[in-house]
Amino acid sequence: MVRLLLGRLAGLVAVLVAISVMVFVIFNVIPGGDPALRLAGRHPTQQNIRQIRHDWGFDQPLYTQYFDMMNHLFIERDLISYQDQTPVLPAIRRGIPRTLSLAIGAALIWMIFGITIGVLSGLYQGRWLDRVLTVVALAGVSIPIFWLGAVLLYLLTYKYHSWPVFSWIPPGGYVPFTQDPAGWATHLFLPWITLAVVSIGFYARVVRNSLLDTRHQDYVRTAKAKGLSPSRVLVRHTLRTCLIPVVTLFGLDFGAVVGGTVILIEPIFGLEGVGQYAQESVAHLDLPPLMALTLYGAFFVVFFNMLADLTYLWLDPRSRTT
Amino acid sequence: MIDSPPVAAGGFRTALRRLRRNPAAIVSAIVLVTIVFACFPGAPLWVSHACNHGPSDQNIQGTITENGHKVPVVRNDGTPIGPGLRACYLLGADSNGRDLFVRILYGGRISLEVGFISAIVCVTVALVLGILSAYAGGMTDSAISRLLDLIWSFPVYLLAVALATAFAVHGIAVGPIHVASTSLAIPIVVIAIVYVPYVARPIRGQVLSLRRMEFIEAAVASGAGPVKIMLAELLPNVASMALVFLTLIVATNILTEAALSFLGVGVPLLTPSWGNIIEQGYQTIVTAPWLTIAPGLAIMITVVSLNVLGDALRDALDPHARLRIRN
Repeated sequence: MVRLLLGRLAGLVAVLVAISVMVFVIFNVIPGGDPALRLAGRHPTQQNIRQIRHDWGFDQPLYTQYFDMMNHLFIERDLISYQDQTPVLPAIRRGIPRTLSLAIGAALIWMIFGITIGVLSGLYQGRWLDRVLTVVALAGVSIPIFWLGAVLLYLLTYKYHSWPVFSWIPPGGYVPFTQDPAGWATHLFLPWITLAVVSIGFYARVVRNSLLDTRHQDYVRTAKAKGLSPSRVLVRHTLRTCLIPVVTLFGLDFGAVVGGTVILIEPIFGLEGVGQYAQESVAHLDLPPLMALTLYGAFFVVFFNMLADLTYLWLDPRSRTT
Repeated sequence: MIDSPPVAAGGFRTALRRLRRNPAAIVSAIVLVTIVFACFPGAPLWVSHACNHGPSDQNIQGTITENGHKVPVVRNDGTPIGPGLRACYLLGADSNGRDLFVRILYGGRISLEVGFISAIVCVTVALVLGILSAYAGGMTDSAISRLLDLIWSFPVYLLAVALATAFAVHGIAVGPIHVASTSLAIPIVVIAIVYVPYVARPIRGQVLSLRRMEFIEAAVASGAGPVKIMLAELLPNVASMALVFLTLIVATNILTEAALSFLGVGVPLLTPSWGNIIEQGYQTIVTAPWLTIAPGLAIMITVVSLNVLGDALRDALDPHARLRIRN
C-alpha cells in the first residue's frame, strides 16, 4: 500500500513537471506574446525594451527562464504577473476558498440528488420516474454550462426577481462564509444549482445502472435468503457495492470541476475565484498566472484521480487481490 | 475450432434493425437530419427566399412593416427587435440589426462542422494510438500511454485555451502547410487533441483483450504482418465502439466549441458560430435576452439528440455483450 502510494505521488510530480514544461514551451512560441513589449507600455524606445528584457531575464536562454519561473513559483513564492505586475500566489490564495465553496457545495447537491434519484429509478425500473430520469440525465449533460448560468441569472435575478420566491437571490458576487454564512449561501445558490444540474442526471443514471447490475448478484440473494429485511439488504449489501463506480467517477469529476469547469461559471456570477482569475489571465495571454493556474488545475485533476483509485482499493476488497 | 471474427456488416445490420425499433433513436435522428438540412442547404435558401439578409448584414437604420406599422429594427435606445412570427427577424435582431435566425442557421454550419470534423480527427487519432499501443506493447505502449496520461491530466479548458492562444496568434506551420490564425482548423485541431485520451484509452483496453483471442493467433499463423492484423483484424472489431464514441464526441465537441468561443479562444469572432453568438448576445442579455437564449437552445437540442442517438447506438451495438459471449 505504501509503495503504491509513493509510486502514485511520484507519478503526480512527474506529470506536473511535464505539464509545466509544455505550458512554458507553448507560451514561448507565441510571437505576439512577447511580454517585454507589453511591460514597456505605450511608445517604448528600443532602449526601454532592451532594458526590460534584461531586467526580467527574457534575454536568457529558455531553460534558464523556465527554472527561474519555477523558482519564483515554488521556492521564492513571489511570482508576479506580466500584465499588471501583481503577485500571482496571493491572488490564487484569495480565490481558492471561493472556488472550493462553489465546487464542494455543488458536489454535495449533485451527489445527494444524483444518488437518491438513481436508487429510486433503479428500484422502480421501467416506470415513469425511470423514463423521465433518462431524459433529464441526457438533457443535463447537453446544456452549455455557462449558458445555463447566464440564463438562470437573467431569469431569477432580473426578469422574475419581483416574484417573492426569487427575490432573495442576489445578482452575483461573493460573501465570505466567516463574514455572513447566510449571505454566503444565498450568493452561491445559483452557481451551485448551475454546476449541479449538469451532473445530477448523469450520476443518477450511473447509480441506476450500477444498482441494476448488483441487484441480481449471488451475495445479494444470499443476504435475502438469510432473512434480512429488504431495507437492510439494500443499504448494507446492494448499495455498498453499487456506489463504488460512483466514487471513482466523483474523483475524476470533482478534480475536473475545481481544475477547469469553474473557468466557465465564475465569470458569469462574478465569484472572483480561481476560475475567474484564469479567465482574466487568458484574455491577457499572461504567462505567469496561467502557468500557476494550469499547474494548480492539473494538480487537482491528478490528485483527485489518485484519491479515487485509492478509495476504490479501500472500498472494494476484491480489487486488492488482482 | 478457430474463433472467427464477427462479420462487421452483419453486426451493423442487426444494430440498425434494433435502432429502428427504438422510438427515441428515431426521433433524435429526425431532429438531427432536420437541423443539418436547415443549416446546410436551408441557410442560403432562407436568405434568398424568405428574407434578404445575410448572416453578417447589418441593418441599424432599417425598419420592417408589422401589422401595418413601421417598426425600427433597432430602436433609438439601441434595443433591437425581438422574436415574432415574420419572415425577416423571426428570432429578432441583434444590436447591429443582424437577423438572429439567419445567424443561427449559418452559425450552425460552423458549429456542426467544427464538432463533426474534430470528432472524426479525434476518433481517428485515438484509433491509431489505441490499436498501435495495445498491439505493439512494450516501449511504444508506455510512450503512448504516458502521452495520453499527460493530455488527460491537463485541465481540458486550460489545455484548449493554451493551445488555442498559441495557435491563434501566428497560426500553425507544419512544414510547407501553413494554417492562418483565423482558420477554423485551429479550433478543430485543439478540440480534437483534448479528447483523444478519452477515446484512445477504452480502445486500447478493448484491443488488449482482443489480441489474446484465437482469431488473432490464426491470422499470425497464416502469415499476416502486424499492419495487416491491425487493419484487417483489430480495426473491424473496435469499429462499433469507435462509432458510438464518434456520436458522443460530436456532442461533446459542439459544447466545447461553445465554451471556447465564450472564453474568446474558439472560432474567430467575425465568423458566427453558436458559441460566438451566445458570447456576443450575453453582453446585452438584459435588454435582448433572445440573443443568448435562442443559440443556447439550438446547441441543447442538437447535443441532446446526438447523446440520445449515441446512447441508443451503444445499446444496439452492445459491444460489451458481444465480448462476453466471445469470451
